[in-house]
Amino acid sequence: MLQILLVFSPLLGAIVAGFFGRLIGDRASQWVTCGLMGVSALCAWINLFANLGEPMFQVEIMRWISVGSFDARWMLRVDSLSTIMMLVVSFISFLIHVYSVGYMAHDNSIPRFMSYLSLFTFAMLMLVTSDNLIQLFFGWEGVGLASYLLIGFWYTRPSACAAAIKAFIVNRVGDFGLVLGVAATFLVFDSIQYDVIFGKTHEIASTTIHAFGHDFQTLNLIGVLLFIGAMGKSAQLPLHTWLPDAMEGPTPVSALIHAATMVTAGVFLVARFSPLYEYAPAATTLITFIGASTAIFAATVGLTQFDIKRVIAYSTCSQLGYMFFACGVGVYGAGIFHLYTHAFFKALLFLGAGSVIHAMSDEQDMRRMGGIWKHIKITYAVMWIGTLALIGFPGFAGYFSKDAILEAAWASDRPLHFYAFWLGVIAAVLTAFYSGRLIWLTFHGEPRADEETMHHVHESPPVMTIPLIVLAAGAVLAGWLGQGMVEPESEFWAGSIYYGEHNHVLHAMHEVPFLVRLAPFFAMVVGLGLSYYCYMARPGLSVRIAEAAGPINRFFFNKWYFDELYDLLFVRTAKALGLVFWRGGDVGIIDRFGPDGVAASTLFTARRATRLQTGYLYHYAFVMLIGVAALVSWYLYLTLG
Amino acid sequence: MGDWPLLSLVTFLPLVGAGFILCIRGEVEVVARNSRSVALWTSLVTFLLSLLVWGNFDPVQPGFQLVEKAPWLAGLGITYYMGVDGISLWFVLLSTLLTVVVVIGSWHSVHTRVKEYMIAFLLMDSLMVGVFCALDAILFYLFFEGILIPMYLIIGIWGGPRRIYAAFKFFLYTLLGSVLFLVAILVIYLHTGTTEIPEMTARLHASGLDLSIQKFLWIAMFASFAVKVPMWPFHTWLPDAHVEAPTAGSVLLAGVLLKLGGYGFLRFSLPMLPEASAYYAPFVFTLSIVAIVYTSLVALMQNDMKKLIAYSSVAHMGIVTIGIFTPNALGVEGSIMQMLSHGLVSGALFMVVGVVYDRIHSREIAAYGGLAEAMPVYAFTFMLFMMASVGLPGTSGFIGEILVIVGIFQFSSWVAAFAATGMILGAAYMLWLYRRVIFGALVKESLKGIRDMRFNEVVAFAPLVVLALVMGVYPSLFLDPMHASVDQLLAQIGVETTKLALR
Repeated sequence: MLQILLVFSPLLGAIVAGFFGRLIGDRASQWVTCGLMGVSALCAWINLFANLGEPMFQVEIMRWISVGSFDARWMLRVDSLSTIMMLVVSFISFLIHVYSVGYMAHDNSIPRFMSYLSLFTFAMLMLVTSDNLIQLFFGWEGVGLASYLLIGFWYTRPSACAAAIKAFIVNRVGDFGLVLGVAATFLVFDSIQYDVIFGKTHEIASTTIHAFGHDFQTLNLIGVLLFIGAMGKSAQLPLHTWLPDAMEGPTPVSALIHAATMVTAGVFLVARFSPLYEYAPAATTLITFIGASTAIFAATVGLTQFDIKRVIAYSTCSQLGYMFFACGVGVYGAGIFHLYTHAFFKALLFLGAGSVIHAMSDEQDMRRMGGIWKHIKITYAVMWIGTLALIGFPGFAGYFSKDAILEAAWASDRPLHFYAFWLGVIAAVLTAFYSGRLIWLTFHGEPRADEETMHHVHESPPVMTIPLIVLAAGAVLAGWLGQGMVEPESEFWAGSIYYGEHNHVLHAMHEVPFLVRLAPFFAMVVGLGLSYYCYMARPGLSVRIAEAAGPINRFFFNKWYFDELYDLLFVRTAKALGLVFWRGGDVGIIDRFGPDGVAASTLFTARRATRLQTGYLYHYAFVMLIGVAALVSWYLYLTLG
Repeated sequence: MGDWPLLSLVTFLPLVGAGFILCIRGEVEVVARNSRSVALWTSLVTFLLSLLVWGNFDPVQPGFQLVEKAPWLAGLGITYYMGVDGISLWFVLLSTLLTVVVVIGSWHSVHTRVKEYMIAFLLMDSLMVGVFCALDAILFYLFFEGILIPMYLIIGIWGGPRRIYAAFKFFLYTLLGSVLFLVAILVIYLHTGTTEIPEMTARLHASGLDLSIQKFLWIAMFASFAVKVPMWPFHTWLPDAHVEAPTAGSVLLAGVLLKLGGYGFLRFSLPMLPEASAYYAPFVFTLSIVAIVYTSLVALMQNDMKKLIAYSSVAHMGIVTIGIFTPNALGVEGSIMQMLSHGLVSGALFMVVGVVYDRIHSREIAAYGGLAEAMPVYAFTFMLFMMASVGLPGTSGFIGEILVIVGIFQFSSWVAAFAATGMILGAAYMLWLYRRVIFGALVKESLKGIRDMRFNEVVAFAPLVVLALVMGVYPSLFLDPMHASVDQLLAQIGVETTKLALR
């Protein structure tokens, strides 16, 4: 009952605000959605204390699709993994709901916005509590729908519409893999329920499957297909392009989608399927490779962006890469640990950035900011806390989880683990650099905004700053509280995350050399120091460096030209093909030689045949009889002859 | 209730209503008003009666139920033979429901020849129910062909500017196939000596028809059904017919008439010619895959809303034909669900186009933009059916799609992969359509002051909205009565289990 309340109260909020928002007004819609979200968050806390580390149980709601052994039910699965995810999702979502009350105060579609936020949260909760792949897919697509609606919230802007469509379609490309993964899973396991699947992975591990013209190790194929879905949702190379554009949505949306919830779904999927990935070596190697590559790629792009939200968006992309390669090298616990700490500090950074944008009269370009820290001290303080947590300053949340990931990458014995480690360390330098750059450019130096804007700079109202302060507390404390997630002897996960019998990385990661342990710290110091030197000690240096490194800078700034490449490869090609098939295929060939051709030649023959048309009924009847007789005799000839 | 000829009542009640309308005389306005009312009440009562069919249906029994049988043309062994099983049950309800919906939906939008219009739709209702209930091949054929006549008239009289071309193309295409279908029936009749479908099936199984003749018969039937579905490359009549047809005609065309092809495959080709069906399955899969990819891409480039949705229908029916020829319960039940969902959703999408067409008199996508501001209820309705069309889980469109993809994957990963590309392409053309019509700023002069949906439009959409969601959230309601009949069908084509062994 508790879990049903937890999951479904946001849905109720979404329905009330969505359908009756105009009737009950803005204020009431805010109260209803925030209140019901509060109920959900409260339930999540109770559920945490009641069920963390306890054995798994299921709450059945109702039947859904059942055809033979394909039996998908509406069911909530409660175990340590889903308990942690529920807490992260619903608690942070609650804070974002409250923050939105302040941030969206001047918008004229408040009920619609609150409704979408709640709908999004509901879908995410359905995703993390799923007990079978089909309900997972329900949540998966549900968050896709909600993010489409939220990104396109300001639908009169062409850029917002384009970003919304892009997000949905790129996600669908990932879902394409996920659906085939579901189909392959059903073929192999004859079930889509987690318990059945996880119980059989060990014996399936040695089988092969013939698909797409090749023989694959069964679990590798399934693992890769599911991971394609994760790549789409979690914005990993090469399906990352939707995420930075998604910044077109209002800031609380960015926080919700890019911090706590949607983008972490992929990491959750991999962790949930740890019993499968433990026996899918090639799939985990791919995960390591993609994760580490994305971590460094996104960080390089983050270095060059000037839109404050885009910097944080690329940072998210990069941090998700860390989570994935953690799973890839075999420490799913560390991946989820980073997911959980990241949810707090990244939500904090996004909402803090929102507070800055709010103060700067909707300015997002850091080149037109600077020198405002004195005017918005609370925002400034929490942005520092978020930054320190992100770059892994000792004692802050990110320090614990990022250290754990890098140590595990070093200690692992899986392929590409050094690739992951070194790229992870370099990305940590870059992370510290762009995070420092963001702080210096935004808050310090000479004010670069016009006087009008500077005159209006003001701290946000308490309804926005209080959620920021709560998240800041989380960004400090989350690391301390979550250390059990990567302790080898801990009962934290209570079996919800599975480690194979040959996977000793949880032990090994606590015995790495001292220098390895220090590496993330050094990376952080170097990155932050360099950014201070470039932007504070020697202002103007950064511009000269950028000019000196022209092509590289442009390459990074234009996001390695992925958008242009995809536009050429897919969008234009699809449109061209569509036109060819339509004008050439349908009109040019099928119609020309089909009906129109038949009609034309009929007309021609008809002119000649008019002579045959006597108008006497018995002539026609005779001809028809001949026809039927001919067909029947042909048939008789076939059967008897 | 048990002794009533329920199916005959449902089938012929609309004809009685049509007869009443025929007798209405007087002023044009009065005739129009009375015709509408009679049509509404007749279709409504027919729908309620069809609910009784569902109520009296026993989901555990695999065979035909509510059977009525009477000698008809005894000399030829042709009987009046009606009955439903788990496969046809829902199509009967779909037909009666959609008739009610289109009568309500065209309340304010049709002003010319209202009397004849309503008669045509009641006639359609009667014939649609008949075709799904008929268990005698000749009776089936009569209904099957008879439907063409009112539809031909609906397009030809109440259609758009190029209606004559469209109506002819429609008639020409479908007639060509039908003739061959008739030949196939005659041949089977000569072979088995009966025209009763269940008896035909049983005797064909007992006698074991030669594969070469099976192939010949299969192709003859295929010619008819493939045009109806329509499968690529027999689809080009559909966009023209839809574009020229009035909204209500499009709804029934997409909602019910396209299902006749799929139903024909399930009722005739599969059970009567199982070996030929297995032989030609790869051929069907190939055409279906082409349909999905090709028509989706064509849909992407359309400038006319109705054409776009017409092309999307071809792509969706590609999933259906893949499912039908997948020899397991997932595929077959998935294809039936996909047909039902498509009936609701594409019907609704044509109504969605109709709503703005009634106001602006243009189907050009470029004539619209920014409707969300002025028409929030409309925007929501459109959004819901768009999502159902792209197969979002929780809506009806998802169920059939996932069942078919999972089902076919057991036999061919390639076919499954191509079928799944429809997910991406479908999202692309639908979202882009929605973006151009609904999103953006409302700047066009012609659109200023456009009204949101009328009461009658909301009422017409309401059942479709509810069903699209119920079917998505609790599809067991629809799947449960199918299981027994589908299992029997699979047994007839020689498939014992749904499981394929691992290598």
